[in-house]
Amino acid sequence: MASPSAAARLDHWLPRIVLAPSFILSFLFIYGLIAWNGYLSVSASRLLPNYEFVGFQQYATLFANERWMVALKNLAIFSTLFIGFSMAVGLLLAILLDQKIRVEGVLRTVYLYPMALSFIVTGTAWKWILNPGLGLEHLMHQWGFENFTFDWLVNPDYAIYTVVIAGVWQSAGFVMALFLAGLRGIDDSIIKAAQIDGATLPQVYWRIIIPSMRPVFFSTLMVLAHIAIKSFDLVMALTAGGPGFATDVPATFMYTHAFTRGQIGLGAASATVMLATVAAIVVPYLYSELRSQRR
Amino acid sequence: MKNVHRLIIWSLLALFAAFFLLPFYVMLATSLKDMSEIRGGSLLSLPAGLNFAAWGKAWSTACTGTDCGGLQPYFWNSMTMIIPAVLISTTLGALNGYVLTKWRFKGSELFFSLMLFGVFMPLQVVLLPMSQVLGWIGLSDSVWGLVCVHVLMGLASTTLFFRNYYLGLPDELVKAAMLDGAGFFRIFWRIVLPLSTPILVVTVIWQFTNIWNDFLFGVVFSGADSKPITVGLNNLANTSSSVKEYNVDMAAAMIAALPTLFVYVVAGKYFVRGLTAGAVKG
Repeated sequence: MASPSAAARLDHWLPRIVLAPSFILSFLFIYGLIAWNGYLSVSASRLLPNYEFVGFQQYATLFANERWMVALKNLAIFSTLFIGFSMAVGLLLAILLDQKIRVEGVLRTVYLYPMALSFIVTGTAWKWILNPGLGLEHLMHQWGFENFTFDWLVNPDYAIYTVVIAGVWQSAGFVMALFLAGLRGIDDSIIKAAQIDGATLPQVYWRIIIPSMRPVFFSTLMVLAHIAIKSFDLVMALTAGGPGFATDVPATFMYTHAFTRGQIGLGAASATVMLATVAAIVVPYLYSELRSQRR
Repeated sequence: MKNVHRLIIWSLLALFAAFFLLPFYVMLATSLKDMSEIRGGSLLSLPAGLNFAAWGKAWSTACTGTDCGGLQPYFWNSMTMIIPAVLISTTLGALNGYVLTKWRFKGSELFFSLMLFGVFMPLQVVLLPMSQVLGWIGLSDSVWGLVCVHVLMGLASTTLFFRNYYLGLPDELVKAAMLDGAGFFRIFWRIVLPLSTPILVVTVIWQFTNIWNDFLFGVVFSGADSKPITVGLNNLANTSSSVKEYNVDMAAAMIAALPTLFVYVVAGKYFVRGLTAGAVKG
């Protein structure tokens, strides 16, 4: 039997010992690897890591690269439309489901199941549906719309919009679930009071409910922006960045250059730019969340 | 007037239900057709019968790049990878959450804030150095390398889940047990863990879905014999052969989707809780 003081001392140190492996590993593998990647991005690495310091040359090359600029433009288009449509559809569904629908549980399950699928599955399915040969276009022809053309998937100018369609399909139900939880959290008495004062249902939603859901909007926006910047799987499965590099996004650019084209330095530089973008959005958000929690 | 409103609401809800269900229907229907049916019929037509030939081919003989062994080996790779990865990351997350809420010490909150960033970090930023590290420790191109990466990168989420859940357990429970002379692990084992069933289910489902659906780590860190199912599916669907067999592609997509769909149907409530808990961080 250990003496009480030894047991107490053990209990003093045990929490630290238990947390230590996770702490050390996370610290090394999050911040250590970020720093390492940062160093690669200012090195002359190409096919193999080469730690000769070249300053910001890789970044200069990156922003002079047409393909990277296309990737940035695609990210801007994709994230704006993806976030916009996911929010709009999600909010609409949440409000509709909030109208005392009897089969709400079933409908919720239906709207949300794409979230359980891999983006690779989603991409493969939509690639088949949207393919101009036997997919949607074929179906519309059979229904008598002989002149209907829908070649977005293989059209360099429009291919990025097919990524938006599949992305919204996958994520809108998720937004609905978040908003529905927000709607259910609102005090009923405020709504009743407004209705007694003669406000119509749309007015109640527009003036009272939606404004009071600001925190939910904000965190949803965060999550969607985060999904958009990280989106890689969906693009790979749906278009693989093509036709040509018309649907490249930063994540696919990074992968292609770092792992298939032997441009490690350039890939590291593009990853650092992605990190900076996410950090610029997320760090203020995390900071305010943690602060408000402490209060 | 009221009836008109209800009608509008119902038709909108039905329309969206169709939008969400149709791709799944198309996937399933296509996977049960043969190629002549696909060419002759339409996207939405019902299959002539329950023809599982495409499923068999997708499972065992379809070509993914140069080898033609179907999705089967990839499926088992994913299974062998996912079990240790989920178990380890969930166990560590539970212990971390327990320490962070019931055994706080100076600096433990800082640790948590630093770790939280790992939930949000774009994973691209660790890919290049990580593949070096895996090479050094001899785990590159192996299932165990993938297990390590998934545990490391999942730790932030699992810790977050358990921490937020344990914040809601009254501290008095732990204090009372301490007065009775119970130590760190005894309290965890006897008091905290028995109260953790819901969050355990949420975390296991969350980790299972995330790891099963992961593509980025799978495509970067796996070797010829350790590719997970998502990589297999992507290779299969993007293998350019002379004749594109959409029925086999769709059957393969269904095979890759079934495990997570099964979990969703059986334990949807917990899946949604994980999603929303992951979204409203901190």
